[in-house]
Amino acid sequence: MAHAAPFDREIARNVIAALKHLPGATLPILHALQDRFGYVDADAVPLIADALNLSRAEIHGVVSFYHDFRDAPAGDHVVKLCRAEACQSMGCRDLERHAEARLGVAMGATRADGRATLEAVYCLGNCALSPAVMIDGELYGRVDAARFDELIDELGVGR
Amino acid sequence: MIRTFVPIDAAALSVGAGRVAKAIAEAAAARGIAIDLVRNGSRGLLWLEPLVEVETPAGRVAYGPVAPADVTGLFDADFLNGGAHALSLGLTEDIPYLKRQERLTFARCGIVDPLSLEDYRAHGGWKGLEKALTLTGAEIVEQVTQSGLRGRGGAGFPTGIKWRTVLNAPADQKYVVCNADEGDSGTFADRMLMEGDPYALIEGMAIAAIAVGATLGFVYIRSEYPHAFRTFSAAIARATEAGLIGASVLGTGPAFHLEARLGAGAYICGEETSLLESLEGKRGLVRFKPPLPAIEGLFGKPTIVNNLVSLATVPVIFEKGWEHYRDFGMGRSRGTLPIQLAGNIKQGGLIERAFGITLRELIEDYGQGTASGRPFRAVQVGGPLGAYFPEALLDTPLDYEAFAAVKGMLGHGGVVVFDDQVDLAEQAKFAMEFCAEESCGKCTPCRIGSTRGAEVIDKIIADEERGNNLVLLADLCTLMLDGSLCALGGLTPYPVLSALTHFPDDFDRTAAARPARAAE
Ligand SMILES: Cc1cc2nc3c(=O)[nH]c(=O)nc-3n(C[C@H](O)[C@H](O)[C@H](O)COP(=O)(O)O)c2cc1C
Ligand code: SF4
Ligand code: FES
Repeated sequence: MAHAAPFDREIARNVIAALKHLPGATLPILHALQDRFGYVDADAVPLIADALNLSRAEIHGVVSFYHDFRDAPAGDHVVKLCRAEACQSMGCRDLERHAEARLGVAMGATRADGRATLEAVYCLGNCALSPAVMIDGELYGRVDAARFDELIDELGVGR
Repeated sequence: MIRTFVPIDAAALSVGAGRVAKAIAEAAAARGIAIDLVRNGSRGLLWLEPLVEVETPAGRVAYGPVAPADVTGLFDADFLNGGAHALSLGLTEDIPYLKRQERLTFARCGIVDPLSLEDYRAHGGWKGLEKALTLTGAEIVEQVTQSGLRGRGGAGFPTGIKWRTVLNAPADQKYVVCNADEGDSGTFADRMLMEGDPYALIEGMAIAAIAVGATLGFVYIRSEYPHAFRTFSAAIARATEAGLIGASVLGTGPAFHLEARLGAGAYICGEETSLLESLEGKRGLVRFKPPLPAIEGLFGKPTIVNNLVSLATVPVIFEKGWEHYRDFGMGRSRGTLPIQLAGNIKQGGLIERAFGITLRELIEDYGQGTASGRPFRAVQVGGPLGAYFPEALLDTPLDYEAFAAVKGMLGHGGVVVFDDQVDLAEQAKFAMEFCAEESCGKCTPCRIGSTRGAEVIDKIIADEERGNNLVLLADLCTLMLDGSLCALGGLTPYPVLSALTHFPDDFDRTAAARPARAAE
């Protein structure tokens, strides 16, 4: 996200060293790296494999299994739109089309100028206040098209 | 100092509770009034959020939904002393939606300051654990069994019986794992408890641990819940620092260490064996059973895996006695169910009631109908693998067996309402697509069947060879039901077949069948 540091092998090594003692350390390490750099750089895979005494293929398999881990930085702002049933009942299919048009990016993609990423998510636990949206980690409820536009205007990334 | 409450629950924050809290703090400061602003969990009256409360001699008085712009008016109306205002809802406890609940698991949620250990103790906290510490492991397990508690994560398996298996499995290390993956759409009970009463889960896990001789616990929290993860991690830190868990439970019991772990956006990791793989640092591939996790679970050791609501219900079973818990409910569904009323509903929220309440009472009475004001058409109960029911089945009581009898399931207690704009063929297609997207890939009926299923429904919607494709869809569903390793592939046919059975018109796209639904 916005203030992530560029990938640095030394920092990555330290992040890994601080967590490798945990039982089942792979996910905590991947989360920590992604928090730090905004994504999991391919160069981090052999570092993790070495530290945990696992094969690179195993670590790569884990990284690619989970939806959360990115192989490239996201846009400055990450907009996650809930696509699950409760939000469907309140019109999230229309909101999705609106969001794509408003942000000028397709679902699942990062805009060419790197300002915004639009992603699908399946339930944010806000199903009584649907449609739900999460922007840069903050949750929003009852997001109709007008409310979506307000939120996007606050970020200054609308098209 | 007047105690004022503005929830810090993520749902409340999602509609502006943070800005309301700030506005109240600023207005109080500007007027030179000292207030004690407590950031509580949510009462679960979610359509009224942000719900502000003040403590008065008569009890807590509620105002809602409050916008930042309302704050000046509230101060002018002397709301700090319960003054009259257009947003006043009277005494919180007297709001019918809340008054008519039977709150055991959620007894403290929304009332206490979530991270205050004093509040927790003052509201009955640690009493259940103190009681359990006077019992043997076998006695604890027996009382949980007698309470009738069944797993609230979906399968409804008796909790005491699971614990007994772990108790009787000899091992040098055992674990307690809390499933807080809460992936089912339409559910938020786990989230509300983590944010509103986190110590209840810690207490429940400690009781589970001393019952079976486990010394280490993990809480696996989905990454879509950053607020819950933060609050719950803070709760673990405080409880450990206060010596309530850690080297010795409550300072007199055995050791119990607890860690919170984040998931990484995979629905399948809510399935217990996939979750264990994930905790071990691997891909979330479902394991073959047997062995049961109770025998060979985390790192191959005997492990209790329970849903968060199951575990957070354990303290009250010991605090009030297992008989008290068992006396709620109907048939073989004992106790209460925290129901999450969601979707297209006017008054959505958390409703904890004894088993036996009907869908109709929930939707019409508590919910007051659809949010859109349009006619009700369908309800999906039990998450993305749950069945869609029409109006004619609304008198079904919430009871594990009653739901099984109409080919549905209660799951984690999510109730998602749809108005007449819903297209059940689209919903059936989504169920297949979701299964395809989230399949762990280990078995063919799920991995391939769901992709084929979505394609076939597409053809039915496009009115291509409708008859043949309906037969093909039924065959695919049978294959998935019978041939899947876990319930993702095995239950995805539920929403699909229920849509077909109860809403056949939506699958008939021939011109003659259209007008009725297209009118609008
Ligand atoms: C695809 C799938 C997803 C599941 N997701 C969850 C979940 O998010 N939370 C949960 O508690 N149980 C979930 N379960 C059920 C668990 O496998 C398991 O039955 C449960 O955690 C046991 O706890 P309980 O007995 O307290 O319900 C899921 C099962 C399947 C097949
Ligand atoms: S049914 Fe699907 S999710 Fe379950 S084990 Fe098989 S492939 Fe994996
Ligand atoms: S279904 Fe959208 S928040 Fe739960």
